[in-house]
Amino acid sequence: MSLKTTNELDQGANADQEVPIIELVGINKSFGAVQANKDICLRVARGSIHGIVGENGAGKSTMMSILYGFYQADSGIIKINGQQVNITDSRAAIAAGIGMVHQHFMLVENFTVTENIVLGAEEGPWLGPSLAKARRVLADLAKEYELEVDPDALISDLSVGFQQRVEILKALYRGADILILDEPTGVLTPSEADHLFRIFRQLKSQGKTIILITHKLREIMAITDTVSVMRQGAMTAQVKTSETTPAQLAELMVGRAILLDVEKDEAHPGDVILKVNNLTVRDSKKVSRVKDVSLQVRKGEIVGIAGVAGNGQSELLEVIAGIRKAQKGSVEISGHVLDVERSIGSQKMRDLKVSHVPEDRHKKGLVMDFQEWENSILGFQNNVENAGFAIIRQRQVLDRAQAQMVRFDIRPNDTRLKAANFSGGNQQKIVLAREIECEPDLLLVGQPTRGVDIGAIEFIHKQVIAMRDAGKSVLLVSVELEEILSLSDRILVMFDGKIVGERRADETDEKELGLLMAGMETKQAAEAQL
Amino acid sequence: MNKALPRWADLILIPLLNLSLALFVSGLVVLFIGENPFEAVKVLIEGALGSQEAIGFTLYYATNFIFTGLAVAIAFHAGLFNIGGEGQAMVAGIGVAVAALGLGQTHWAVVFLAATFMGGLFGAVWAAIPGYLQAKRGSHVVITTIMFNFIASSLSVYLLVHVMKVEGSMVPESETFAASGHLPFVSDMFAVLGVTISKTPLNISFFLALAASLGVWVLVWRTKLGYAMRTVGFSQGAAVYAGISPARITIIAMALSGALAGLMAVNEIAGAQHRLLLGFTAGYGFVGIAVALMGRAHPVGIFFAAILFGMLYQGGGELAFEIPTITRDMIVVIQGLVILFTGAMEYMFVPPLIRIFGLFKSKSKSANQQGAL
Repeated sequence: MSLKTTNELDQGANADQEVPIIELVGINKSFGAVQANKDICLRVARGSIHGIVGENGAGKSTMMSILYGFYQADSGIIKINGQQVNITDSRAAIAAGIGMVHQHFMLVENFTVTENIVLGAEEGPWLGPSLAKARRVLADLAKEYELEVDPDALISDLSVGFQQRVEILKALYRGADILILDEPTGVLTPSEADHLFRIFRQLKSQGKTIILITHKLREIMAITDTVSVMRQGAMTAQVKTSETTPAQLAELMVGRAILLDVEKDEAHPGDVILKVNNLTVRDSKKVSRVKDVSLQVRKGEIVGIAGVAGNGQSELLEVIAGIRKAQKGSVEISGHVLDVERSIGSQKMRDLKVSHVPEDRHKKGLVMDFQEWENSILGFQNNVENAGFAIIRQRQVLDRAQAQMVRFDIRPNDTRLKAANFSGGNQQKIVLAREIECEPDLLLVGQPTRGVDIGAIEFIHKQVIAMRDAGKSVLLVSVELEEILSLSDRILVMFDGKIVGERRADETDEKELGLLMAGMETKQAAEAQL
Repeated sequence: MNKALPRWADLILIPLLNLSLALFVSGLVVLFIGENPFEAVKVLIEGALGSQEAIGFTLYYATNFIFTGLAVAIAFHAGLFNIGGEGQAMVAGIGVAVAALGLGQTHWAVVFLAATFMGGLFGAVWAAIPGYLQAKRGSHVVITTIMFNFIASSLSVYLLVHVMKVEGSMVPESETFAASGHLPFVSDMFAVLGVTISKTPLNISFFLALAASLGVWVLVWRTKLGYAMRTVGFSQGAAVYAGISPARITIIAMALSGALAGLMAVNEIAGAQHRLLLGFTAGYGFVGIAVALMGRAHPVGIFFAAILFGMLYQGGGELAFEIPTITRDMIVVIQGLVILFTGAMEYMFVPPLIRIFGLFKSKSKSANQQGAL
């Protein structure tokens, strides 16, 4: 088998003539009336890194779920190494050499690494022999692919980067030749992502094939050999990465030319609107999430908070929005000092003209089962223009929601449609429309473009900048460094609950911020590292 | 509720399918004990709808189910599962009895208002305690409301044996209310209009139930409070984000739910029995859960589900009378099967139906495409 492969590689000066390790032919899949995959064809060459890009709902996940046996295709053929296979479930996928690393890790938090590796691959009724074997194999894999992990560590004690390694090891332990990774860098610091890419290259050099699903075009350009673009369930292009550009890929994804860079003028900061003084926030387990943070936001500027997810940005934002208590410190908005050690409530903050686009629109910003018009007054349900003493002024609210949908180009234009039935980008626009149109002095924005398609990102960024240009203040929290850099006027970096650096957006770059995000205190230290 | 199913299928087809299956299995049970199931169905339907008297009794039972069904539904909308309707109605019965005993000499309208108020209040308080415990102490209402059913039961036994029992009587019942305070029967109301219909326990509370249905609809879908309740029911995170206190809404929703369950006592105690007695709730509180599930927590659906269960109660009684081999216990089995298939397993038919509808759609779509070609 391995001999034959070598022969093929020798002959295959042109990769296209080689038998692809994965070949999908004419895959169709419908869910009810929705056709999620239309006549999908895909060829991935052995030992290559293949990227798959597309907007949310373009059908990437469906395609990969068919390949991994979660769904059955309505029609079409899957070939692995030129052999037609029938993948009925994930067991069959594993047997065919396919391993999957999900966006949300499938690990048992209170098991050790070894126990997680063995889980589902136990041999015989006794755990001992399986664990011993796993330990041996792990040691080999660690050496081979730079995948060192303490086999006895509890998953809950590991950082996300290491947890991801465990997921990769799980797949390799099961003999995967093909690794599918769904948005693997979403939770990683830039340096962790770099390490992950090193692992990819190592895996590739050992003949493994990697399929990378991502929406970050930068990563596609940096690591992949070939890339497929999907749009509305169909495969719109499959090209060599070296022969394409990010702008071209974005256009293929959306179907029209897209402005990737944000255009904005110089900021003209005015008076201080938001003052946060020595804020400390502990979570329910008494762990400090925000440690003695002070910051200021002025009129007419966008302040971005950069940091890897889970370093206290979310908690900071929630305290300022009034939906979380702090243990120490104070928040001052337009001269009003608020006692954040007691629950303030978002109603009070809205009265002070602070509006909030929360990080998680599914759990906070929207009620997914509510119709659009009902969501358009979420948080403003007590305002006089929306409700009388007891009864909601439904007709007026519907009319306003209708007009708002037109202004913010929310599609489909149907105020009676449930929020859950809008795409991610349109859901975010519903939240943004509501929070901007109440004419706030300070807009708090968390992860404005998470799970949002490229076309909507452009629109959302424009709206945020328009706010600033109108003399309002914006506090932006995002884990997307590109977004922070392109939108913000001033950037604060949070690490481990503290603000570890402040930079002007035009005087810094991704590399410097990345190091700060990883906890390198000063520029000098960062330079010393380099 | 199901995106993949058209609304009419979700609201009408599914309940009908579930009901047919329940009746089919009931038929098998009837067949098994050697009786003719078609005959049994005929007797049941005739017993429930075959005469003025039958219809009166059916609607009288339905009144109870409307109240308990609404009670469960309104808690549902706030994301709460109140299975303490039984106990809430029991405690409300005490309030209704106090009102009727105290004001019985005045006029039925005074009793009606006072009984509605006291029944609602007692029921609300009895439900608000579990609500408070859930909101502030994290004790789950499902557990606490069950416990409160037992406490309510013990409380009414104590009151009826030691406090409210008629001196010298051997029966744990309160004094009979003064006749001037009895709520008018529907037959009496028709008599005023000059129309004679059979005398049944169906009384003015039936109209109170209809008013309550309308009230619940307005409250849940048209008011700020209803908006807040539904927000909490769907997403506590979104509620906090919107400045709605889930704890406050939990207590209010439970109180409203308890008040509705309590109104059942107006029908039973002030309207029909005219005295407080043990066990008058007779499981109506629990059946209310099935009514609410089958009625999709919507007042219109609850009305029809309540009528259905009223028919089962009334027709079932007739069935046991007409065909003696089908005993009272068999009727309970049949009612149980209906609850099982319409309440507990209500979504059993959804996946196959979605497939069938999907087939239809893709067919009509391909037909369209062919037409286009």
